[in-house]
Amino acid sequence: MRLTVNGAQHHLVGLDPRTTLLDALREHLHLTGAKKGCDHGQCGACTVLLDGRRVNSCLILAITQQDAEVTTVEGLGRRGEPHPVQQGFLDHDGFQCGYCTPGQICSAIGMLDEAGKGWPSAVTEDDDLLSDREIRERMSGNLCRCGAYPAMVPAIRQAAGR
Amino acid sequence: MTSMLTRAVGAPLPRLEGPAKVSGAARYAAEYPQDRMAYGWIVQSPVARGRLDAVLTDPAEEDVLVVLWHGNAPHLEQTDDPELAVFQSDRIGYRGQPVALVVATSLEAARRAAQVIHLDIAAEEHDVELRADHPDRYTPESVVPDVPAVSGTGDAETALASAAVTVDVTYVTPPLHNNPMEPHATIARWDGQDLILYDSNQHPSGIAETLGTVFGLPAERVHVVTEHVGGGFGSKGSARPNAVLAALGSWVTGRPVQMALPRQAMFSMVGHRAPTVQHIRIGASQDGVLTAIDHQTHTQSSRLFEFVESASVVTRDVYPVPHLRTGHQVVRLDMPTPRWMRAPGEAPGMIALECAMDELAERLGADPLDLRLRNAPRHERVLRAGAERFGWSGRDPRPRRRRSGEWWTGTGMALATYPATAMPSTARVRALADDEYEVAIAATDLGTGARTILAQIAADELDVPVGRIHIRIGDSTLPRASVAGGSSGSASWGWAVTGACRELRSRGGREAVFDTTELVREQKEGQHACGAHFAEVRVSAVTGEIRVSRLFGMYDAGRILNPRTARAQFLGGMIMGMGMALHEESVLDPAQGTWVNHDLAEYHIPTHADVEWIDAAWLDEPETGLNPMGSKGIGEIGIVGSPAAILNAVHHATGVRIRDLPARLDKLL
Repeated sequence: MRLTVNGAQHHLVGLDPRTTLLDALREHLHLTGAKKGCDHGQCGACTVLLDGRRVNSCLILAITQQDAEVTTVEGLGRRGEPHPVQQGFLDHDGFQCGYCTPGQICSAIGMLDEAGKGWPSAVTEDDDLLSDREIRERMSGNLCRCGAYPAMVPAIRQAAGR
Repeated sequence: MTSMLTRAVGAPLPRLEGPAKVSGAARYAAEYPQDRMAYGWIVQSPVARGRLDAVLTDPAEEDVLVVLWHGNAPHLEQTDDPELAVFQSDRIGYRGQPVALVVATSLEAARRAAQVIHLDIAAEEHDVELRADHPDRYTPESVVPDVPAVSGTGDAETALASAAVTVDVTYVTPPLHNNPMEPHATIARWDGQDLILYDSNQHPSGIAETLGTVFGLPAERVHVVTEHVGGGFGSKGSARPNAVLAALGSWVTGRPVQMALPRQAMFSMVGHRAPTVQHIRIGASQDGVLTAIDHQTHTQSSRLFEFVESASVVTRDVYPVPHLRTGHQVVRLDMPTPRWMRAPGEAPGMIALECAMDELAERLGADPLDLRLRNAPRHERVLRAGAERFGWSGRDPRPRRRRSGEWWTGTGMALATYPATAMPSTARVRALADDEYEVAIAATDLGTGARTILAQIAADELDVPVGRIHIRIGDSTLPRASVAGGSSGSASWGWAVTGACRELRSRGGREAVFDTTELVREQKEGQHACGAHFAEVRVSAVTGEIRVSRLFGMYDAGRILNPRTARAQFLGGMIMGMGMALHEESVLDPAQGTWVNHDLAEYHIPTHADVEWIDAAWLDEPETGLNPMGSKGIGEIGIVGSPAAILNAVHHATGVRIRDLPARLDKLL
């Protein structure tokens, strides 16, 4: 089967059809940026972008995504230059142990795109789709046990240019 | 001497590993590719007590290399932790105990084979419920971290009987699970008689020694690599069964074996905070001077291992009272073993003590802040500074008075305290070319900022910019370090690094090694970091939903080595404290002897949406005579007292006292 990740096409021979996208990335392509926190779509640590939309890669079978563009944390930014969300996390100390961080960053990028398209969230009341409250609500699928949340909100706000 | 120009300690230096962590380059235990890697999957006992007679595997399962259980597993040497003696006996001591290991050439094959395995088990009746009047309860000799279970001064009973005002209440805290985001994981590989472990833990030196014992090897034949750790919160302080299982699987198959625990297995195999039933009585004079406290904790441990959550110990240190009695009783149940979880003892104990103090203030008609000021003089400065920053003055003490639309609002406060300690460690400093230095110590950085802080300490001691310091940690082959636990990491390792740097500067040469064992033995006892937490909550009159509108922590923790990473530690502790007050609870199914909500969908931890306004501040003053940096640990104090501040605010908002945690909305309606 084939898998396109961060712009590069990979051919995986003899891949077990039960292999999740997360395990294909981590165990077969050695792209370990996407993390396994629960393997059940409950924590968000495995979040990657699939054709630009954020998904839990532990809940997707790799074999079903042969025509998709997968973007992982390793594929963000340009050579030597971090993506604005990555830069925001660095500037605001938006992490401690770092294990949820790649998922938080990919999720934030997907979320900013959703807000940019005008998609509402459960707390949307007006046109401001990126207030701190909106950011917190929209990011709540990504757990952080260290409790670095208060530093992630300004990191994401900065990346959004606010 | 350190010149002001190069002073790094105290500066908000960004984490050295930040770029690696935001780009996915930072490697955690299960992220080291190996040739011919095999994968382990555990089979856990479905009963809480019994005997495993046979394991039957399906020969049709492909790609399985071996299935290990007590019927065919190699002999392992005993350690002081019976849970590391995997597959050495037919006895089942708790539901979730690993009883077999499948090793296969792929993760998918190992998982499938483990799912279809048949266990022939003779189940026995189990006993899994904690009760304060359990007939098998006993008073242990000591409680965590090896302090007497019982203490007493004066005559608490008589003093309580004659006190003008008393509070006599029982607080119940549920079992809690550490749940670091990175599950416990190991990749093991044998290189001849040498064992190489990529392992997620808080103590590489200790893991190497323990695994050496298990496999009958000297510690130096075990090489533990722990470059980055995805949190631990106490649950990775000692070797867990995943390390032994990986090494065992690798020994038998001759391949590198990856053993990452599924999230669900972490609820039984890596420890938890034991539930407590705490009976606390406080006596005071009419003008609010404490005369007596009696704090008795009932808790549980497993059949395998005695670990006693020391919830009454904190009461020995906070309020100096003439008549004080504290004690613990424990019952051994057919349940998983409790272990360290962030501020073991202090966190649950401070809930009972500081909520009871709030109840006393209410009885006395006193302001809760004034009651603390009167009785805890050591905390006066931090209390006053915190109260001012939070805006406590002018607070109407009467509960259930403030409502805005749907929401009742209220404020609460509580003290915080945590012992300041250091443990023996050794560091090595080498002079490299171009005025650069390598600092090496087998410490770990769980997200605390340890790597960065040690570089700052070394830079100042060697009088060079931080960029000239190359830090090597996270490897058991480096000089021996103590555990990243008990809020002692920076003090312990920083002390060793300071010593090595000073030795190098005074003696000259290319290298200096410094061991703090003797110095630590003479350290000042009984020092604490202290603080105060303040909370404002709003509670929906319609649904009972509790929201923490503001949470503030004010600390006196000696010299703050890096305000950027310190702030993260304080806030992270407070947020976990919020979880303890409002969200977290492992729910027992007595029929099955297990916690039913054993995953991150059902075990609720705080999310982004739960954290609104939160802040921390500190009195930044070096503590002399404690360690050369003048610092005190800060990793745990944020979870001590913050739950009580929130619960006291909930009472102030609603008039309802919740003494059975967590404070869920159904308890308010």
